[in-house]
Amino acid sequence: MQKQEHPHKFMKYLRSERLPHIFCPGCGNGIVMNTIFNAIEMSDKDFDNISMVSGIGCSSRIPGYVKCDSLHTTHGRALAFATGLKIANSQQDVIVVTGDGDATSIGGNHLIHAARRNIDLTVICVNNDIYGMTGGQISPTSPEGSYATTAPYGSTDKPFNISEVAKAAGATYVAKYTTAQPVQVSMAIKDGLQNKGFSLIEVISACPTYYGRKNKIKTPTDMMNWFKQNTITLQQAENMSDEELVGKIVTGVYINKPRKEFVESLDDLIDKYSDIKSEENIKKAYMSD
Amino acid sequence: MEEKELFVQGNEACALGAISAGCRFFAGYPITPSTEIAEIMSKKLPTVGGHFVQMEDEISAVGAIIGASWAGQKVVTATSGPGVSLMQENIGYAAITETPIVVINMQRGSPSTGQPTRSAQADMMQARWGSHGDYEIIALAPSSVQECFDYTIKAFNLAEQYRVPVLVMADEIVGHMREKITIPSEIEVVPRTMPEKVDNYLPFDADDNSTTPMPAFAEGFNVHITGLTHDERGYPSTDDPDVHTKLVTRLCNKILSKRNEMALIETEFLDDADTIVISYGIPSRSALTAVKQAREKGLKVGYIKLGIVWPFPEEKLLELTANASRIIIPELNLGQIYLEVDRVLGKHAKVELISKIGGALHTPDEILSKILEE
Amino acid sequence: MIYLNDELCKGCYLCVNACPKQVYTPSDKLNHKGVRVPIYDVDKCVKCQLCTLMCPDQAISIEDDD
Repeated sequence: MQKQEHPHKFMKYLRSERLPHIFCPGCGNGIVMNTIFNAIEMSDKDFDNISMVSGIGCSSRIPGYVKCDSLHTTHGRALAFATGLKIANSQQDVIVVTGDGDATSIGGNHLIHAARRNIDLTVICVNNDIYGMTGGQISPTSPEGSYATTAPYGSTDKPFNISEVAKAAGATYVAKYTTAQPVQVSMAIKDGLQNKGFSLIEVISACPTYYGRKNKIKTPTDMMNWFKQNTITLQQAENMSDEELVGKIVTGVYINKPRKEFVESLDDLIDKYSDIKSEENIKKAYMSD
Repeated sequence: MEEKELFVQGNEACALGAISAGCRFFAGYPITPSTEIAEIMSKKLPTVGGHFVQMEDEISAVGAIIGASWAGQKVVTATSGPGVSLMQENIGYAAITETPIVVINMQRGSPSTGQPTRSAQADMMQARWGSHGDYEIIALAPSSVQECFDYTIKAFNLAEQYRVPVLVMADEIVGHMREKITIPSEIEVVPRTMPEKVDNYLPFDADDNSTTPMPAFAEGFNVHITGLTHDERGYPSTDDPDVHTKLVTRLCNKILSKRNEMALIETEFLDDADTIVISYGIPSRSALTAVKQAREKGLKVGYIKLGIVWPFPEEKLLELTANASRIIIPELNLGQIYLEVDRVLGKHAKVELISKIGGALHTPDEILSKILEE
Repeated sequence: MIYLNDELCKGCYLCVNACPKQVYTPSDKLNHKGVRVPIYDVDKCVKCQLCTLMCPDQAISIEDDD
């Protein structure tokens, strides 16, 4: 794309030569991108110190458009790669962008273990309840009864609540909002970035092309309105029965309870058992000694 | 550093070799018979300012070492057959993204869970093409504890030089055997070179048979690394046949074109040999004894040991065996590298396999009787 | 001032949905890709920037007049 005269306020963070991006009209991924940049600007983090990691899926294409070091990895494995990247150089701030299928189906094991370790990663899990990249199959978060190309009679699976999974596995910051709440999402990502530990921000996002079309919520606007109508807070959910909670998106901060971070613990070992400072060995592959 | 002599297990020699080569990151998952490598790394790495992490499985172990490699560390993982099967996905990723990693495979009886405490060489073809697609890796096969140390260092250097996954294809016997080794006072280590920061920097702009200096993350290069087919900028380009052809051909040729240059071959008694025993890894020990015994009987038998099995040093082997009419290859499998030897040398020599599976090594007698068959 | 980049807009109308002041309205105006880009009434804009946060295609820029 040619240089623009009046670019979007976050264009400076983007590989503008790669735009327009591959996301369908009304896809929530573009909104999530905006909230990531908004959050970085609101936080005490420096954009130049950010590295991004992603797996496979539509949302995992986000880092490819961001002007930072970015690792677009294998399906489900983003957190494994991010674990190595962060441990080997904990001075960088690592953001992981993943989707519902990537993070909780093929990557479910990596999700619970990264959360258990409380490694300092900020995970943005873009949850659109469907596999978009492959053409609209059910995911572990597809609501029971929802339609997909692999659920022509409606899904018979019980879905995950990703935020509850992350919280139970030991994440120290977990929040969930929808793309209809870009300010809340931005604030949550900011808090996640500033939490020294495993943070997961679940963003309920629209896939009008597959989820919407299969489930008779046809336009991006309809999907946005559907989010707005079904969003409740954690406080509201407390007094609701299981039946009343069906189809509701329970938003808010699921946990914010810092504890000792994983790489810090590893570096403590180095401090205790060697006379080397862990930062002396960053990028050691380039040293000739 | 002063020269040192140690009496250690092959697994320990691999761990010491890795640290000597500058490795400061290990991620792995316990598996027999390679677990000792993880155990030793977990003890040693913190003492040299490195990081050890036990991952949730072998898939994530390779993911983590690739991530750490891009952060600027030399990295290793160690495993055995079932683990290697899980690792294939990310070994392919390392191949297409040209990420230097070292994977130590202490081969055991297989397929599947097989014989966890018995030796085999049955993962040799998996080593080359276990992940999907056209790609090339480098594989070394140590036959002694000393070679576990030396070849692990060599593996790191080759990984850096060619930006490729390098597999150390050891086996249960060499991994658990104890021998005296010498740690030399000087160890040749190949450091990584940071590319120059220039305008419009192209991280994958390499000539046909080569690679480029590897940038590290957090250096301001803003590189995009993807397992998708990518252009010289690193950006996905998945529809253009030319981009794919250029990338995949280069990934293969940067290794294949150096197959004779990087060959690691040991020979004995080749001068007048009309029968040559070609071996790699642990059977080489019995092979050499058998060849010596045959010589004592006055037979014209020679010995070739391949230190690097992949890429296969075709032309070099043709040259070394030009006057031989018979080739014998002992392997702890039902015939894997035998197929490659036959492909390359079968036109001018009769190639015979001495296959042995089940866990025990060929005895020199078994190899000698094969030699004496004609 | 509102700047809407025709090259980037995919016509999802999330700006129409998000704007609290109804600045944007759907239109029949086609860009060269056949996308019906929204039209906007700059006089209604209070520069809250919600549309720039909501636009998935980074197609909108709201700048101060000077």
